[in-house]
Amino acid sequence: MEAWIRARVTLALTLFALLFFVSRSSPPRQFVISNAERRIDLSSHIINVHLTLKVENTGTRPASEVVLALTPTEVDHLAMVDALAIKGKRKKTTSVRLEVKPTELPDAPPIDAKYFTIYLADPLNSGESTTLEVLYVFMHFLEPFPAEIAQSESQLVFYHDTALILSPYHIKQQTTFIKTPSTKVESFIRVEPTNRVGTEIKYGPYEDCPPYSISPIHVHFENNSPFAVVEELVQEIEISHWGNIQVTEHYTLVHAGARHKGVFSRVDYQSRQFSNGASSFRYLLARLPARVHSVYYRDEIGNISSSHLRTNSLKSELEIEPRYPLFGGWKATFVIGYGLPLQDFLFESSDDKRYLNFTFGCPLIGMVVDKLTIKVVLPEGSTDPSPVVPFPVEHRLEAKYSSLDVIGRTVVVLEKKNFVPMHNSHFQVYYTFNPIFMLAEPLMLASAFFMFFVACVAYIHIDLSIRK
Amino acid sequence: MATMPASASDLLKSFKLKTKQQELLIRVSILCLVYILAFITRLFSVLRYESMIHEFDPYFNYRTTLYLTENGFYDFWNWFDYESWYPLGRIVGGTLYPGLMVTAVLIYRILRFLRFAVHIREVCVLTAPFFASNTTLVAYFFGKEIWDSGAGLVAAILIAVCPGYISRSVAGSYDNEGVAIFALLFTFYVFVKAVNTGSLAWSLASAFGYFYMVSAWGGYVFIINLIPLYVLVLLITGRYSMRLYVAYNCMYILGMLLAMQIRFVGFQHVQSGEHMAAMGVFFLMQVFYFLDWVKHMLSDTKLFQAFLRITVTSAVAVGGVALGLGMVSGYISPWTGRFYSLLDPTYAKDHIPIIASVSEHQPTAWSSFMFDFHILLFLFPAGLYFCFKRLSDATIFIVMYGLTSMYFAGVMVRLILVATPAVCLISAIAVSATVKNLTVLLRSKNKVVQTGSTKGSGGSKSSSKALLDQSQPFQKNGAIALLFGAFYLLSRYATHCTWVTSEAYSSPSIVLAARGAHGNRVIFDDYREAYFWLRQNTPQDAKVMSWWDYGYQITAMGNRTVIVDNNTWNNTHIATVGRAMSSYEDEAIEIIRSLDVDYVLVVFGGVTGYSSDDINKFLWMVRIGGGVFPVIKEPDYLVNGEYRVDKGAAPKMLNCLMYKLCYYRFGEMMTEYGKPPGYDRARGVEIGNKDVKLEHLEEAFTTSNWIVRIYRVKPPNNRW
Repeated sequence: MEAWIRARVTLALTLFALLFFVSRSSPPRQFVISNAERRIDLSSHIINVHLTLKVENTGTRPASEVVLALTPTEVDHLAMVDALAIKGKRKKTTSVRLEVKPTELPDAPPIDAKYFTIYLADPLNSGESTTLEVLYVFMHFLEPFPAEIAQSESQLVFYHDTALILSPYHIKQQTTFIKTPSTKVESFIRVEPTNRVGTEIKYGPYEDCPPYSISPIHVHFENNSPFAVVEELVQEIEISHWGNIQVTEHYTLVHAGARHKGVFSRVDYQSRQFSNGASSFRYLLARLPARVHSVYYRDEIGNISSSHLRTNSLKSELEIEPRYPLFGGWKATFVIGYGLPLQDFLFESSDDKRYLNFTFGCPLIGMVVDKLTIKVVLPEGSTDPSPVVPFPVEHRLEAKYSSLDVIGRTVVVLEKKNFVPMHNSHFQVYYTFNPIFMLAEPLMLASAFFMFFVACVAYIHIDLSIRK
Repeated sequence: MATMPASASDLLKSFKLKTKQQELLIRVSILCLVYILAFITRLFSVLRYESMIHEFDPYFNYRTTLYLTENGFYDFWNWFDYESWYPLGRIVGGTLYPGLMVTAVLIYRILRFLRFAVHIREVCVLTAPFFASNTTLVAYFFGKEIWDSGAGLVAAILIAVCPGYISRSVAGSYDNEGVAIFALLFTFYVFVKAVNTGSLAWSLASAFGYFYMVSAWGGYVFIINLIPLYVLVLLITGRYSMRLYVAYNCMYILGMLLAMQIRFVGFQHVQSGEHMAAMGVFFLMQVFYFLDWVKHMLSDTKLFQAFLRITVTSAVAVGGVALGLGMVSGYISPWTGRFYSLLDPTYAKDHIPIIASVSEHQPTAWSSFMFDFHILLFLFPAGLYFCFKRLSDATIFIVMYGLTSMYFAGVMVRLILVATPAVCLISAIAVSATVKNLTVLLRSKNKVVQTGSTKGSGGSKSSSKALLDQSQPFQKNGAIALLFGAFYLLSRYATHCTWVTSEAYSSPSIVLAARGAHGNRVIFDDYREAYFWLRQNTPQDAKVMSWWDYGYQITAMGNRTVIVDNNTWNNTHIATVGRAMSSYEDEAIEIIRSLDVDYVLVVFGGVTGYSSDDINKFLWMVRIGGGVFPVIKEPDYLVNGEYRVDKGAAPKMLNCLMYKLCYYRFGEMMTEYGKPPGYDRARGVEIGNKDVKLEHLEEAFTTSNWIVRIYRVKPPNNRW
């Protein structure tokens, strides 16, 4: 009896404590979202979510930190999050990019969620409001169902989300638009008011949603866009001060859609192109820098002859075809390599340093990269390298021995997981290099030849025979 | 001021070379040029296609080389390969000639050490041309040894471009022969040098050359039979000398000991029938030496005659008894099938279909002699004439080498390769001797003319006329005409060689090229497409069944386990595959399941008109299968002795597994305009069975031009 009472007391205490924490739960409830609009684009396997939030400060103090909430599954598949502050009215709007950082809230919210904080450029005074535009990009977020399809079937996928935007703030009014790639939608969950017109499903408007309110939905629809995923891309950029940059890219490509099941019939694939293998893909397009030269495309067992290169003064396009069409679950590995003129990418900075200015990204268009590694091989003899990348990456140093290297070259390795095309941007690697090192290798070669001829001359003139 | 021109002329004079130095300079530069020429003439395929390994066997060599670079020598030496000959496996380290791989890895290591960042593939691709270049040097020294340096130079030039050799040494044909011909010629050269000098150092070198040859190629048997034969001939012709004794004994004993270190040879070198001749000659040499000594000691000729009779009879008797006992007890193994088929060209056809099925084991046609030797074929007899005219130990050797290898070249197409160095050397003697004679003729007259002109401008005409009268009429003109003729022939030879190299011997055979309708080059890369598909999209432990031709390529490029491959060491296993391919599907599936096969791969040329596909090879599968399993009978697949695939084909043919796998759903396919669907372009007929149904297999992959088709073996149906 006594024990039972004690247990009840403990429980009550625990509940009380919990309640206490919940009531204290930050974020400080000084923001209210007066209007939220969400547009979800499901047309490819990279999902873009545009969120427009009108944030109002209802608190008493000025505040500059707006918190966004995402479910843990969403965070696992989140490739990037970006926030813009919109200023001005109507036509004269300007947008300012804001800093977004993952944060932990000090106390447990009622549901499992992860948070990002947007740091506003200027603190928002009490009673003022501002418009924020947030872009989420998700990858590997569409679940193929059925998980295995035959050659003639098209690919159906599930999209899971909530009809109400997950937010730690009170939302006065919100609407969600989901855009599907075609009108073929198998099923979707209605949360009234819900409306479907053509390729668009509209959820809402919903009025006055309390914080952390959710309402799970799913959309089951046809998506035959190529689910091309680069599982790993290793890009090696080798700088030679003799005027060339050699880029070598190792790809591991996989079709991440519904797995191919059963027969692959070439007759059907060749004669009935449209109804067969709709979700498979054959061609890939790589956009390379202008003035690219000596391009090659090969794999472990040799050259792949199916590629075309189109160049003009602004850009080069390399159309490549893997050895076989890729169906769900099929893999292909290959290497693309090319040379670039040095002067287009290597510059001298004011403090007597040199820097490489190159694109951080995957040249293949519309490609998701699970793990992107960029290795910048600096010329032999260069010192104190420092990379400058616009977003957080892991970086470390390695050494590499190329032709005629004695002390080895410094390699700056940059690694980024979950890379989407929106990440494409320039990065710089600064280093110091003494041009005298350029002469080391030619001198070595010249002296080796000189030694050889000296040895020949010596051999001819020296009589080594024992007999006289 | 005045001294300047003088010192300048002095300087010029000091730069001016003496005739001998000039000659040396010219010789060295010609050799350098030949060295480079031999290398670059073999690069057609690299320039036209890419730096890749060709054909079938080189893929195995490449794979083992990769293994050697990655795992080191001891792992390589003890390598048991689970990926081929499933479920038997293959003791790779003990069943290959490691010379080629070790050489390539050595070159690779040296380049790496010198800080050249090369890939092992590039080294493998260029190994054969590199050794071909080295062969030209050896040919020069060999020619110099048997005739003179002029003949050596000509021999180097001839062998640098000779198609018979190029056929096996273009860039990418990473095969044993590539280094073996170098080793063969080197061994012969050093041995001849040893016989000529009687030097232990040279015979030691020849023992090492022989060791290298043994480590590189099974063709070493030719050396170990030719050299004893040569020694025997020298003994018979009374040319026995101490030099010969030293050279042969040292070479044989050391060579034998060294050769036994190669695991694949091992004790065969003293036990197998092919090596017995060398041993016999070795003992004969000792008897000869002993007799010589006894003769030296005994002054009485009569006594010696009696002694000679007794020793020779007893030696022969002892040898015969030893050989007989060895044969009976099985200590000395009999000759192998391959050896038999060399001595009797019809042997393989009747007894070992697997040897007869290989196209390079066929008897040589006249056209291929012409194709591979061109003018050398005519120069060869002329060279023999010159050799006989100036007989020496060295020329006897080259004559014997030439005649025996020519015989073997006639028996088997691929042995043209062995004959090529001999033919080049002997032809070089012919060319060099002829040209030398002609130029001597021309120059001697010029000299007289010159001396005549010094006497006076008037007398020159009469003196030359007088000289002309002494010799035959129009001798000078004739000589000039003959010289021009010789140069014309030689230039034709050079053009022919380049043409043959470019047209016939430089296609990788793994990539097929054809001309499209607009004259553009169309590439069929289907083999690699299929192999790469296997590599990427099948389970790691998948077992692939195909005809043995593609075994090496599947393991090397597809990285999957195969049932049989080009090693062909187990005839029964190959026959089992042949039997599966030529049975009905429900019988075949039993065999396929018993071999634990997951995928079946066939090569089919019906869409592209590629003629060396599995349907055309099918009769060999039937023959080889039937050789072990008599249920498979060749006549079942023929109609009136004719092999056909159209409506008139034999019913068994139309329903066997190979037919079904090749023509599955081919009946729906339009291959050529104006022809019915299912028109086979490789054989030019409409196929007989268009409604092919597969019960136990399903199509897993077909390449874009249908050249390779891969089928998956379905799991057995549930009983319930």
